[in-house]
Amino acid sequence: MLPIIFILPLLQLVILSNAATFEVKNIKFGYIDNDRSATSRALIEKFGASTYFNVLQAYPTQIRAGAAMLRGEVDVVMEIPQQFARDLQTEQHHTLGVTINAIDGAAAGVENVYISQIVQSYNQSIIIDLSQISDAQIQPVMIETIPLFWYNETLNYKTFMVPGILVLLVTMITLFLSGMNIVREKEIGTLEQINVTPIKKSQFIIGKLFPFWAIGMALLSIGLIIAKLIFNIPMLGSLLLLYLYTSIYILVVLGIGLFISNFTDTQQQAMFIAWFFMVIFILMSGLFTPIESMPKWAQLMTEFNPIKYYVEVMRMVMLKGSGFLDILPQLIKTLVYAILMNGLAVWSYKKTT
Amino acid sequence: MGISVTNISKSYKNAKALQDISFEVKPNELFGIIGPDGAGKTTLFRILTTLLFPDQGTATVAGFDVVKDYKKIRNSVGYMPGKFSLYHDLTVEENLNFFATIFGTTIEENYNLIKDIYIQIEPFKDRRAGKLSGGMKQKLALSCALIHKPKVLFLDEPTTGVDPVSRKEFWEMLKRLQQKGITILVSTPYMDEAALCDRVALIQDGKILQIDTPEAIVKHYPTSLYNVRSTNMYQLITSLKTYEHHHSVYPFGEFVHYTDTRSDFNPEDLKVYLESKTLSDIQIERTEATIEDSFMELST
Repeated sequence: MLPIIFILPLLQLVILSNAATFEVKNIKFGYIDNDRSATSRALIEKFGASTYFNVLQAYPTQIRAGAAMLRGEVDVVMEIPQQFARDLQTEQHHTLGVTINAIDGAAAGVENVYISQIVQSYNQSIIIDLSQISDAQIQPVMIETIPLFWYNETLNYKTFMVPGILVLLVTMITLFLSGMNIVREKEIGTLEQINVTPIKKSQFIIGKLFPFWAIGMALLSIGLIIAKLIFNIPMLGSLLLLYLYTSIYILVVLGIGLFISNFTDTQQQAMFIAWFFMVIFILMSGLFTPIESMPKWAQLMTEFNPIKYYVEVMRMVMLKGSGFLDILPQLIKTLVYAILMNGLAVWSYKKTT
Repeated sequence: MGISVTNISKSYKNAKALQDISFEVKPNELFGIIGPDGAGKTTLFRILTTLLFPDQGTATVAGFDVVKDYKKIRNSVGYMPGKFSLYHDLTVEENLNFFATIFGTTIEENYNLIKDIYIQIEPFKDRRAGKLSGGMKQKLALSCALIHKPKVLFLDEPTTGVDPVSRKEFWEMLKRLQQKGITILVSTPYMDEAALCDRVALIQDGKILQIDTPEAIVKHYPTSLYNVRSTNMYQLITSLKTYEHHHSVYPFGEFVHYTDTRSDFNPEDLKVYLESKTLSDIQIERTEATIEDSFMELST
């Protein structure tokens, strides 16, 4: 059992960190060039030069392009209207039709941003081209933004995904193990034998939970080593602080697991309930979707999500180098949560049936 | 310092598991609870070992109330549940050590109490408990229940599913433990084991039918009992059941136990009747009643 507990999560860490990316690459790009001018070809070449787009082919009509998208052959279709080059010359502005396959909404959003960026940069280059001829005296006012990505300069998604996935693994393993554990003793009958002994509730529960606490800490250690060696994740903050927070955090998870254990009779029931909470916790943790974009009530719910705090702390300490005072709010909330959950768990555990 | 049970009742949702049960177990007595499956034996044990609260009534074990002084009871009783409840993935020695530690004692301290039993499984002390045979599991469970030198020992169907030789050995062990001053309450569905107890309570459907020594129960058997035998067992039983004066008919080993409603019953009359039913090799003879006969008589 012990090798399974360690090997599988770490495999997950390596696989997921490499696979769970928000970057959208190899976008299948098609176009309908009704203009067939040098200007329109230059625009299409811009897309071809981008590493994100694979310029596949030209479609003669909108209908053919629509059919291709239906078959999944193309993700983005750009339609360049007739007289594109000429109208640009005379009217100084024009519109382009872009159709994006939005079956995957998140990917569609990203694709839209990429397209806008390319069109914008093309725009700047042609402004210079066009203005040379007619109105050289008018200097166009240009506002350019130069973003700096602090704490993750190259916007490397692994830098923020690896700490997050590590959080999930530590949480999942400790929650499932602790949730399953006392129920298992109920199932095989050893709990009945234990209950007639003078052992105290607190002794029994500490004895039950301490091994999982230790496993959780060991998982974190191995996960951090992998994060450093394989993914070269920056670790700016104090590891000691990270361990301090994790040691309290695991208590919360164990408390929840024990609480589940007390209210179920079979491992199957416990597994189901543990999954229920796990899925909600993960999807509302801010790991995959930002909490700020959730509706108000959902944001309120995330206040009760321990994974949210852990993801925050993990990223803050590792990527930003936050100190003790910076994570104090999360630390206090987690501590209160830990006391609450374990108090409930001990209270609800009865030595009689 | 034995066990005293007064008017205990317990129901689960619709089923009445125990109805107004009262009995006394004297200190240092080997007391048997004899009854079929579902009679309420395990419920009674769970109440006495403080795992379950009774709906009504009071009970004391070793002088402690099962509700108020449950902590003291847990220190001074040994309980061996009907289902093997030790840790399968610990070895024999680890299990024993574990339970000794929980009770704040050591194996060495009470070794003389369990020596007779433990010595038989000691060669396998490094084997995992889950890998032991049924008889060895039971000896280990008994050792673990005894490791803290309990005053009262509860054994819930200890011999169910155990072979006859091991069963006999087990009862000999119980007798020896009794001599060491331990009060033992044992339940069993096997009627033949009842004779080995000092006193027994016959229990069915949550009610006590009779409490007495095994000898007295047998002596109080109300009518004359006959062994009837023939070549065709099935036909014999159906024929006896259609006989107009029959009181009870049930198979008992190679015989059929038969009682008659008439006080002046003449076996010859029955023989004539059975021969008229084309049965051959008919034997009818008086026999002494056993606990099982008494139970059958009481429960009908």
